[in-house]
Amino acid sequence: MHILVCIKQVPDSAQIRVHPVTNTIMRQGVPAIVNPYDLYALEEALRLKDRYRARVTALCMGPPQAEAALRKALAFGADEAILLTDRVFAGADTLATSYALSAAIRQVHQDLPVDLVFAGKQTIDGDTAQVGPGIAARLDMQLLTYVSKIVSLDLAAREIVVHRRSEGGVQVLKTRMPALITVLEGINEMRFASLADMFRAERHRLTTWNKDDAHIEDVTKVGLKGSPTAVSKVFAPTPTNRRAEIIETQSGQPVDLAATLVAKLLARHPDVALAINPSLELDGRSS
Amino acid sequence: MSEHFDAIVVGAGPAGNAAAYTMAKAGLKVLQIERGEYSGSKNVQGAILYSDALERIIPDFREDAPLERHVIEQRMWVLDDESCTGGTYRSADFSKPPYNRYTIIRSQFDRWFSQKVRSAGALVICETTVLDLHMDGRRVVGVRTDRENGSVYADIVVLADGVNSLLARKAGFHEELKPRDVALAVKEIHFLPETTIEERFNVKGTEGVVIEMAGKITQGMVGTGFLYTNKESVTVGVGCLLSDFKKSGVAPYVLLEQMKAHPAIQPLLAGGEMKEYTAHLIPEGGYNAIPPVYGDGWLMVGDAGMFVNAVHREGSNLAMTTGRIAAETIIDLKVGGKPMSAQNLARYRKALDESFVMKDLKKYKNMPDIMDRNRQFFTAYPNLVSQAAHTLLTVDGVDKKTKERFIRKTFTRARSTLGLFADAFRLWRAFE
Repeated sequence: MHILVCIKQVPDSAQIRVHPVTNTIMRQGVPAIVNPYDLYALEEALRLKDRYRARVTALCMGPPQAEAALRKALAFGADEAILLTDRVFAGADTLATSYALSAAIRQVHQDLPVDLVFAGKQTIDGDTAQVGPGIAARLDMQLLTYVSKIVSLDLAAREIVVHRRSEGGVQVLKTRMPALITVLEGINEMRFASLADMFRAERHRLTTWNKDDAHIEDVTKVGLKGSPTAVSKVFAPTPTNRRAEIIETQSGQPVDLAATLVAKLLARHPDVALAINPSLELDGRSS
Repeated sequence: MSEHFDAIVVGAGPAGNAAAYTMAKAGLKVLQIERGEYSGSKNVQGAILYSDALERIIPDFREDAPLERHVIEQRMWVLDDESCTGGTYRSADFSKPPYNRYTIIRSQFDRWFSQKVRSAGALVICETTVLDLHMDGRRVVGVRTDRENGSVYADIVVLADGVNSLLARKAGFHEELKPRDVALAVKEIHFLPETTIEERFNVKGTEGVVIEMAGKITQGMVGTGFLYTNKESVTVGVGCLLSDFKKSGVAPYVLLEQMKAHPAIQPLLAGGEMKEYTAHLIPEGGYNAIPPVYGDGWLMVGDAGMFVNAVHREGSNLAMTTGRIAAETIIDLKVGGKPMSAQNLARYRKALDESFVMKDLKKYKNMPDIMDRNRQFFTAYPNLVSQAAHTLLTVDGVDKKTKERFIRKTFTRARSTLGLFADAFRLWRAFE
């Protein structure tokens, strides 16, 4: 079995600051980390490797520095790591990213057929959760998102059964492979690499692919050119500084509390009060 | 794990990086182990980079190292509650390349240094803690890490694990740090736009200012404060002896808050946005507190070996220099085919003694003791100096002779004539 894991290097969003003057995101000095959700995907792939003897390939698109993310994946136990890096990929949105990644996966598949693709549920820098499904659609793979557990895998029948978290419940789904799975946080606990694995990761010669290696001919489909998403404005939300108020009534009865609350809200929003009851006097006191 | 290295360096601060880089560059098989997520993730410093020490390791470091501002002006302030008295040295000479000192941000600088170590050929692994030293009798033969199959062996282990070297203590190479031999420093980085920094500190381009402070800001404790300009931020901090913090009960962050509110400091930070708060221990015991720094199969460099000149606020340059000298000692022995025995490694200590590192530390060997026993330098004198300046600079119809007599009286009243002579003698002894 061959499992491919998509990982992304992201700025540690916990340490990002917004420039107080220009309002832009200050990336300088913000440490880059592996997208935390992708680590769950990697660990899940490695667990399948432990159980079914699989080969795990980590794939990452990003600038040359993203090498660090792949080395981490190697340390945890990935067998191979591919860095997809090219200037033409810069400025990609989710559409262009899924295009480039699918092209690379197609190439990997030619060398050794891919049975499963894992991805985190989303990245912490974009929070879109679109790239995983985008790859599945482009490669015509079965798609399982928000997976909370892998129940079983039948290599002979090429079937996989998973738990998928949905609103208000858990779905038990069976699908055939090849499939793309995005996993939820907390599905597993990341392993601690052995010293030998740390050495191996540091010494591993990474595979680096540019657009030609990934057989991407149409450069209008990747990078900024291939990205219909436009950022029209970036702004820092102004922290709201309203004071909370605790409503008390003499009776303490819910009915009275609610009535007092409604009266207070309507007093603060006379337009709403007027819309509810146009004949109401605008003195903020409703009957 | 049976892999054997020429040398294992524990820690990736300036000392460890200097040692690992120098050895790897000379072709030794080097393994460097860092506890933090990356080199610099756990390191804290003011921070001033002294070019000379780094230049001797990486001569062309200026080409790509992340440097903030080169220092063209140094202010020394003595503060009481309301005022500051002090001196300034500013020179256009400091703006002629190659620059002598820079402000830096350590998390960025250390990452750059670590990349150099990797490029030089050392194997660098992070997020790995060395728990113990492997001993063969009295000889260190390797380390045990917290990872599975985590033992690894080498001809020599360089302890660059920083202040309070737990490894050395566990191995019995030195005793637990004494609270009076170590300072606790806290600092904040405040964002300020480049143009504001240029206007406020009267600098342009990459020029920068350093302010070192002493006096009532430390609330009677032995310590100093500092304020450095970075490209787009200002670093402000204060450090005092740990034993004094313990005795006074003053919380370090409260001390820093009060210092920041000082009328001479507050305007320099106005409008800034705090980006970072860090704290760290600084080994300030000086010459007399330096532990044994070598033995069979091991050497100690940087903060682990107490190599800090507290008087001149120098530490990272001593770290880099001790790291380099340790590496050169090891390379010499390796090339000569000699064992890494305590007897052979004694030349490390000898080389240190001949360098500025030990000469400077020796010069101030009495300083920690004298400052510890004579609090007047941190309490009475800042007040007296401020009062004297205030008296002289206030024009109020009183003649200067009377003013001088008044000032003299405030000094003798506070310290007595004999006391003043004694203090002068103590200061002379401290700086002798």
